[in-house]
Amino acid sequence: MDITSPSFKENATRAIGDKSLQKALGNVERGFIYKRAKAVAAVPAFETLRDAARDIKNHTLAHLDLYLEAYADKVAATGGHVHFAETAADARDIVLDICRRVEAKTVTKGKSMITEEIALNDHLEKNGITTVETDLGEYIIQLRGEHPSHIIAPAVHLNKEQIEADFRRVHDKLPPERNLDEPVALLGEARAVLRERFLAADVGITGANFLVAETGTSIIVTNEGNGDLTQILPRVHIVVASIEKVVPTLEDASAILRVLARSATGQEMSVYTTLSTGAKRSGDPDGPDEYHVVLLDNGRSAMLGTPFEDMLRCIRCGACMNHCPVYQVVGGHAYGWVYPGPMGSVLTPTLIGVDKAGHLPNASTFCGRCESVCPMRIPLPKMMRHWRENAFARHLTPPSERSGLGVWKFLARRPALYALATGIAVRAMALLKPKGGRFRTLPFASGWTRHRDLPAPEGRTFQAMWKDRKAGK
Amino acid sequence: MSGRDAVISRIRRSLGVAEDEATRRLTVARRLETAPVAPQPAQAQSSPAERFDLFREKAEAVSATVTRVASPGEVPTEIADYLRGQNLAPRIRRGADPRLGAMPWKSVPTLEVWAGPSDGNDPVGLSHALGAAAETGTLFVTSGADNPTTLNFLPETHIVVVAAEDIEASYEATWQRLRTTHGKGTMPRTVNLISGPSRSGDIEQTILLGAHGPKRLHIIVVG
Repeated sequence: MDITSPSFKENATRAIGDKSLQKALGNVERGFIYKRAKAVAAVPAFETLRDAARDIKNHTLAHLDLYLEAYADKVAATGGHVHFAETAADARDIVLDICRRVEAKTVTKGKSMITEEIALNDHLEKNGITTVETDLGEYIIQLRGEHPSHIIAPAVHLNKEQIEADFRRVHDKLPPERNLDEPVALLGEARAVLRERFLAADVGITGANFLVAETGTSIIVTNEGNGDLTQILPRVHIVVASIEKVVPTLEDASAILRVLARSATGQEMSVYTTLSTGAKRSGDPDGPDEYHVVLLDNGRSAMLGTPFEDMLRCIRCGACMNHCPVYQVVGGHAYGWVYPGPMGSVLTPTLIGVDKAGHLPNASTFCGRCESVCPMRIPLPKMMRHWRENAFARHLTPPSERSGLGVWKFLARRPALYALATGIAVRAMALLKPKGGRFRTLPFASGWTRHRDLPAPEGRTFQAMWKDRKAGK
Repeated sequence: MSGRDAVISRIRRSLGVAEDEATRRLTVARRLETAPVAPQPAQAQSSPAERFDLFREKAEAVSATVTRVASPGEVPTEIADYLRGQNLAPRIRRGADPRLGAMPWKSVPTLEVWAGPSDGNDPVGLSHALGAAAETGTLFVTSGADNPTTLNFLPETHIVVVAAEDIEASYEATWQRLRTTHGKGTMPRTVNLISGPSRSGDIEQTILLGAHGPKRLHIIVVG
């Protein structure tokens, strides 16, 4: 997909003016925030469960080489095939090779962000293989030629009228007078259309929420059952997963499952948690003849041992974006690549470069809600700060911002001068106080005041008042 | 260098792993062997006396229906009654699970019973669960000739039989049950953890039942 992260500011401005998008984003609070809060409140030990989940991932990451080897050996022992892919291009080629070998014409897909990351659909389509997204949200956006705007609710940016129009356009063999007013009618139509695609597919591709080293098992978590029909009906099941998905045991996966759905959708457990191990066994009446796992690195191994290692604990629940005041008004597409919201602001610069994604770590008010709801306790604001520092060190920030920071640095290192300068500034501003007590514009700060007013200072600096207070005045 | 060697050695470089790593290997081997259990919420620690009620409460909260019969012999009649109540045709497809096979199907002559996997044309599938976890009303169904996985997903109505004594408190306790039946580290091709009928919230974040999987999930607890 095209990367539009460098034009985040323009994307965001457009999104804020998009009435239909703003209406759709209004569903986030009812759909996610309220339900999560209720689910978390129902479990008094939830904070302990978060600690346990974090500790499991930290332990696994510290031994990632060994758990990956144990996992890969176990998959091989159960008749599956593991393919290590160093880059997105490697992963695409591995999947294409398998599809070509089995002469696949149609591929069904369960919802998978990792296949978005490697732009798999485009690659298969270019090579003559039809790909069908089967998660309802993914199916809708595939019809529109769009990409997910949320990692677990890909079509959260759309309203039902838009979906109805797409269904009428694409399902043109169905009677035009049919009633599609209610969401349940849209769901029924998608179910019937996709059922035929499921039964006709040659290869099914899913992602993975977990890979279990103990048993060589991949786990997917879904509500619709599409991931299951994707993997049990075709001859070949391909799992595409990144290397940090591995956990040691079934017990470890269970502990993380307890925080995953509650944080994501406010469910205690998703409807379907499916464990897949190898191909179908002799005597099995259904299931795939071949089982492949493509393990993608794509820059993740280089994050270990850096300030960004904590990001590898992410279980893709989406809570950070649901609770982010920036995401809530600009939506996911403004971020310009696969991963939106706070987790995307940290991960995207790692995967596509801070030169292209440098705006994203700035798309934060540092309110800290993302970290406070993250089930894996990932310090997202801290890591966004790391990226800001990194971008500054690499001279990627604009000259005006750099010179401003330079002036501030000069003053901040000279406390007497700092007190003098700020003292003069606040006295001047108090004198110039406009009617209503708020500045609507300020020289050198028009970018800031374009969207907000600055309350006029009362005439003294905080430091001066603090000094007086300490002196008991 | 293979992809595997390249990725593993890059991980080891990033982690700063030293040559002598006997301790790390021992730590990993021990964890895989012992599978320690993390702290659990109270709802995963129900006593045997509380377990059925909690299971039913949690399963009903996610839109499954739950009924309890005293013996396997009552299951066919219960199924016929359920289908009549839902206004569904008395035709089911089941796997070869011997516990299902031993049930007195002939006692309900109106009920048509087929065995084997589904091709998508069966309105009702019947499975026997390995067990269940009361903590979230979750069924554990394993694949095999006894329980074809297609029966869990293709029919619009899924009926699952589970023995009352197989309802455990937690996921972890059910994994122990699986290790007893299949052996440590050995898995059937598919294990489906099922909590309610299929649903989607993808249209305006409104939850609708019956996405790609069953629209109804009926659980019959035996014993």
